[in-house]
Amino acid sequence: MPHRPPHTLPTADPLAVRATLIAFAIAAFVVLFALPVAIVLAGAFRLGLAHWAHAVADPATGAALRLTLTVLAAAIPVNVVFGVAAAWAIAKFDFPGRAAFLTLIDLPFAVSPVIAGLVFVLLLGARSPLGPWLVRHHVQIVFATPGIVLATTFVTFPFVARELIPAFESMGTSTEEAALVSGATGWQTLTRVTLPTTRAALISGIALATARAAGEFGAVAVVSGHIGGRTNTLPLALASSYESGDTSAAFAITTVLLVFAVVTLAVRWTVDHHSRRR
Amino acid sequence: MTSRARRRILPGFPLAIAITAASILLFVIVPLSTVLATTAQLSPSHFFAVAFDPRARAAYSLSFGASFVAAGLNVPLGLLFAWVLTRYEFPGRHILDALIDLPVVLPTVALGLALTSLYATTGWLGAPLAAIGAPIAFTPAGVTLALTVIGLPFVVRTIAPVLSATAIDAEEASAVLGATRWQTFRHVTLPAIAPALVTGAALAFARALGEYGSVVFIAGNMPFRTEIAPLLIMTHIEEFDDAGAAAIAAVLLVSSFGLLLLVNRLQRQTAARAGLTLQPAG
Repeated sequence: MPHRPPHTLPTADPLAVRATLIAFAIAAFVVLFALPVAIVLAGAFRLGLAHWAHAVADPATGAALRLTLTVLAAAIPVNVVFGVAAAWAIAKFDFPGRAAFLTLIDLPFAVSPVIAGLVFVLLLGARSPLGPWLVRHHVQIVFATPGIVLATTFVTFPFVARELIPAFESMGTSTEEAALVSGATGWQTLTRVTLPTTRAALISGIALATARAAGEFGAVAVVSGHIGGRTNTLPLALASSYESGDTSAAFAITTVLLVFAVVTLAVRWTVDHHSRRR
Repeated sequence: MTSRARRRILPGFPLAIAITAASILLFVIVPLSTVLATTAQLSPSHFFAVAFDPRARAAYSLSFGASFVAAGLNVPLGLLFAWVLTRYEFPGRHILDALIDLPVVLPTVALGLALTSLYATTGWLGAPLAAIGAPIAFTPAGVTLALTVIGLPFVVRTIAPVLSATAIDAEEASAVLGATRWQTFRHVTLPAIAPALVTGAALAFARALGEYGSVVFIAGNMPFRTEIAPLLIMTHIEEFDDAGAAAIAAVLLVSSFGLLLLVNRLQRQTAARAGLTLQPAG
């Protein structure tokens, strides 16, 4: 039977069903995703491109962007080192308590962002048992950049590990064994065999962790103490602008964050399709 | 040679497990145990007085109720998206497939601002809805809406692999044996994807329970009416009431850990039944 069109397959739905379901899906997408994004863009550019550029170029927005980038530079490497170590131990070896480790790595996903901030206030804040000692030694963690870094590291903790563990597992161990037999050191095996093979998962994990770290709000709101211009990350600057009634600035910052998000999706999509084609 | 013995050939286990264990201890176990340690300093009667006072009880019922309704809405909605994305070809399918993850990567506060602008009584959709007596923003419905959007990708990404990998063979067999399309869906497809549906809904529920950023603007945060539990924790922190914040946090933590254990169990069952490894829903 040559050239049988796909909709005559026994598992194909009738045209009317297909059309209805696609229409419903697109309608839901428009109402829940597309229109909210559209109204932000409309709000950001309502007063023209110059006004938008002025809001984005505001010194407070610049300071927030710099703080966000600082936090990323500190939190993401920690996540990568932890993720690679955890994936190596958990995916390449069998040991008692392996399942417990997997659950522990997932824990931050199940914790409310507000609680993720609260734990560092309780642990290192001025009223904590460590507080007086920290104050005496002029070490400020909570309500300062280190606290934001800690809270961000906590909320992004599982991302790289969760992408790498299945990838490390599915490649098996035979290529690494071949490398070792040929005289490679363990480190050379990891950096020249394992990581290049699982590059797509690593990039995907870093992209997800970066998006979450750049966009984290609840945890960072708790530990930052909202000191305008100094401990505002981009999401906090957005909230401050909105709460003070400057909605066009809030919309302008949202467009910047939207670019971050779309770039993340594009990176994931690209590595996904690249690895699937190979 | 068993796989267990083969695996021991690779070097680096002691270092890798040491880094892993130290990081988990430092970044997960120590911080989280401070909540329990702070709560443990309260006497049981004091704990119940702060963790279950009327305002806290109202916040829990909104948080659990809205999360539950949102997860419930996400079951048919997630199934619709997963079905359309895995079974049909139509223009824009790839764009839809990529953008469905937007709530995962878009900062929650940006999403919250966008939804509030659209559904406020002055917004494009909020105005007509308010005119017919169904305001969304600053009502529990607004909280539920935000939590639904946040949870949707989890359900779609949990069902889609099962829907495209396993269900189709059984559907073909069912069709060849003479079942109608609806009978096949009802008796073959639905049972096959049911565990994945439950897993996805549980993931969405767990995520919704702790959600903060996307809810703060659209909720309006009125105590006893639109105040979710994470927001009440925030209020306690701002009032320097660490014990009150920790007590409510402990209630939420215990609930989410219970959910996480349930989800892990369900995922293992789903994976075993479908014969595939599920990608973690990031």
